[in-house]
Amino acid sequence: MASAQTLQDELQVVAFTVAGGEFAVNILEVQEINRLPSITRVPRTPSYMEGVINLRGNVIPVVDLHKRLGLPSGENTDKTRVVIVNVHDIKVGMIVDEVLEVLRLSQHNIEPPPSTGGQNPEFLEGVGKMGNRLLMLVNLEQLLGIANSVN
Amino acid sequence: MDLSQYLDIFLVEAREHLQNLSQGLLQLEQAPDNRKIVDEIFRSAHTLKGMAATMGFDRIAELTHDMENLLSALKGGHLRVNSAIIDLLFNCVDALEEMVDAVEKGDQRQNDISGLVGRLKQAGEGGTQSSTEPVVVPEPEAAAGMKIVLDNYDQAVLEEAWAQQFRVYHLVVAISPVCLMKAVRAFMVFKSLEDMGEVIKSFPSAQDIEEEKFDASFELIVISKCEQDIIAGAMEKISEVSMVSLTGLEPSITEVAAAKAAEEVVPKPPATDLAEASVEPAPKVDPDQADGPIQIQKARSHQTVRVDLERLDNVMNLVGELVINKTRLAQISSAHGIAELHETLEQVDRITTDLQAVVMKIRMVPVENVFNRFPRMVRDLAREMGKEINLIIEGKETELDRTVIDEIGDPLVHLIRNSVDHGVEDPALRQKAGKPRVASIKLAARQEGNHVVIEVSDDGRGIDLEGVKAKAREKGFYRDREAGTMDDKTLLDFIFQPGFSTAKKVTDLSGRGVGLDVVRTKIESLSGLIELETKPGEGTRFIIRLPLTLAIIQALLISVGSETYAIPLSSVDETTSITPEDIKQVQNQDVVLLRGIVLPLVRLREELEVPDPVQITQDLDVVVVRRGEKQVGLVVDSLIGQQEVVIKSVGRLLTGIPGIAGATILGNGQVSMILDVGTLF
Repeated sequence: MASAQTLQDELQVVAFTVAGGEFAVNILEVQEINRLPSITRVPRTPSYMEGVINLRGNVIPVVDLHKRLGLPSGENTDKTRVVIVNVHDIKVGMIVDEVLEVLRLSQHNIEPPPSTGGQNPEFLEGVGKMGNRLLMLVNLEQLLGIANSVN
Repeated sequence: MDLSQYLDIFLVEAREHLQNLSQGLLQLEQAPDNRKIVDEIFRSAHTLKGMAATMGFDRIAELTHDMENLLSALKGGHLRVNSAIIDLLFNCVDALEEMVDAVEKGDQRQNDISGLVGRLKQAGEGGTQSSTEPVVVPEPEAAAGMKIVLDNYDQAVLEEAWAQQFRVYHLVVAISPVCLMKAVRAFMVFKSLEDMGEVIKSFPSAQDIEEEKFDASFELIVISKCEQDIIAGAMEKISEVSMVSLTGLEPSITEVAAAKAAEEVVPKPPATDLAEASVEPAPKVDPDQADGPIQIQKARSHQTVRVDLERLDNVMNLVGELVINKTRLAQISSAHGIAELHETLEQVDRITTDLQAVVMKIRMVPVENVFNRFPRMVRDLAREMGKEINLIIEGKETELDRTVIDEIGDPLVHLIRNSVDHGVEDPALRQKAGKPRVASIKLAARQEGNHVVIEVSDDGRGIDLEGVKAKAREKGFYRDREAGTMDDKTLLDFIFQPGFSTAKKVTDLSGRGVGLDVVRTKIESLSGLIELETKPGEGTRFIIRLPLTLAIIQALLISVGSETYAIPLSSVDETTSITPEDIKQVQNQDVVLLRGIVLPLVRLREELEVPDPVQITQDLDVVVVRRGEKQVGLVVDSLIGQQEVVIKSVGRLLTGIPGIAGATILGNGQVSMILDVGTLF
């Protein structure tokens, strides 16, 4: 059994790529990862709101992370996935290019997000270092607009 | 023992009993001499006491205990029901409700009930002192060995029996220890005795005997015209039964023992209740008494199960999934042309359809659940206002979806308060106008096709249209030049506007200027409609029309480009087909003439920003929808057809999009958006 020390120190994250960049979310916020199902467009929503999908009888909104992060959109490929996250009991799907792996990040390898640069600095919670790799830790509340919806 | 897991059950059942108490008291007020109602109230109070004591809610137990004492004085006929007693009991019910609410909120403080307890005691004593009736008790030697305790009510029954020349027997029946089915033998004893007379009371209770909760013997009190040896003979004929003793009881004269017996019955030591927890109070075996309520209660405890609504929703979801997958299988079967599979799937189709219907049915609840609280409310309001009102409830068995039931209570409270306050006149005024002194308010529910109609009507003064007009003018709801063109319907519509109230003074009940607009908003949020009819001097009628369920609606499926949308059939008036040449322009707005009426057109493709390229077609399909009084034609690419759709929530992130009411999942597994005509354009 992992000691309390390790539990506090370590963060398990799901790493994925969007338009070549590596991102990660806390594994506790990830419900499941699915292949891209057919998506129904919802009129009168922001462009990053890709639409809704049928997840075993539940209707779940899906956000295109390319559009949300202001990155160039790519083609959907065999590796394209929908990461279903559950934040404050709100379920949302995120379209990503590829899901890489589940990683353990220790807290001291996580740095606050760079204060300059980036269009939407509030979307990032921090930057995780794994050797040469840099993982952008996503702030789901901000990214998915859940913060406003909760308040 | 940790009782917290039983708390939910306690709360639900306590509320049920409080509701019974309230209802019973209302009935008693109407028929003060009806002992059966007193019994019913007593039973509820008693059960509540037992439950509360088990759960450790001492105050509730204490208060119900004292209520019981008062009630048993009423039962015994020592005390007459009067309005002071009814009021006192109502006060107790209110206090109990508060305490139960406090329990639910986890509020540890319990209300101070000493005042009520004192009043109950006082009221009860008033009765006992006046009781000088000679009471009767069994012969001393019988009483010694007798385990049955007779309360005042039983005494009264026995007296009546003696007066009518019946004989009263005390039986001790023993059943052979080797008997395998004691309950069956006991049943035969009861059966045989009932041929000859009536079993008044038993020990243990009849229910316990039925459930074989007795040892070797049980005791009975029987009224019969038969001689002692005939009864003894009948008993001996039943195999495996031996009569231990049969004693004739005579109306002898030992009041002291009777009074003592009566005292013992009423405040049953809580210890026995603790063991029984929430079991129904042991019903007395009295054929006269056993006709209605007892049986109902018994049936309820055996045949119903409480289920969390969420679980039902889960079942509903799964059924929906099943339907979707069934459709997929059907597609595969037709693609491969497998006849056998096709036949089987038709079976599956029927079963899933039935399954869906059954699940929907499970969610239905009678409106009674909401209507129940109104008799008490109207009584209290009428008293407060010095009015005399008779509330008539019709169609309380009409069923509505659980989610609708939960929401409909508040609007109805509002409408009924409105009727009591504004609608119904003072008794004196009514008499002057030649109307009966007692006003009536009617609350009626009935099913009409896929809708349930609930009406709240009164025979009061009706709505003063001129008053409404003046008020609307004052509030600036219309301009002077419009005044001439307004019909009554338009005027009445002002009543539903925010900030409107015609009451001259603000009372405790209504007339604060918030009200009917809230009611209308609520009803409309339930996809319902509210209408109003009024005749000056004759009364007002509010008509609410609600969909049977919010979970499934009839919808018209249409397509625009590659997208499919569902339009609730409730807002569709008709569909029609036009050619591009039919379209005219009026003030830059596309319109079409439909049977002489100018119908504005809205192109769904543009409204919904559908990205697919426009198809050039000869004919345009138009769905004529209604929003309030206005009709609009929605131009769509094609009509797919009418279908029942299951409404799914789109989640918090997507709620509040204008024009979108929700989503549904079609047979092919695709999600389709349901349009909300009210906010679409």
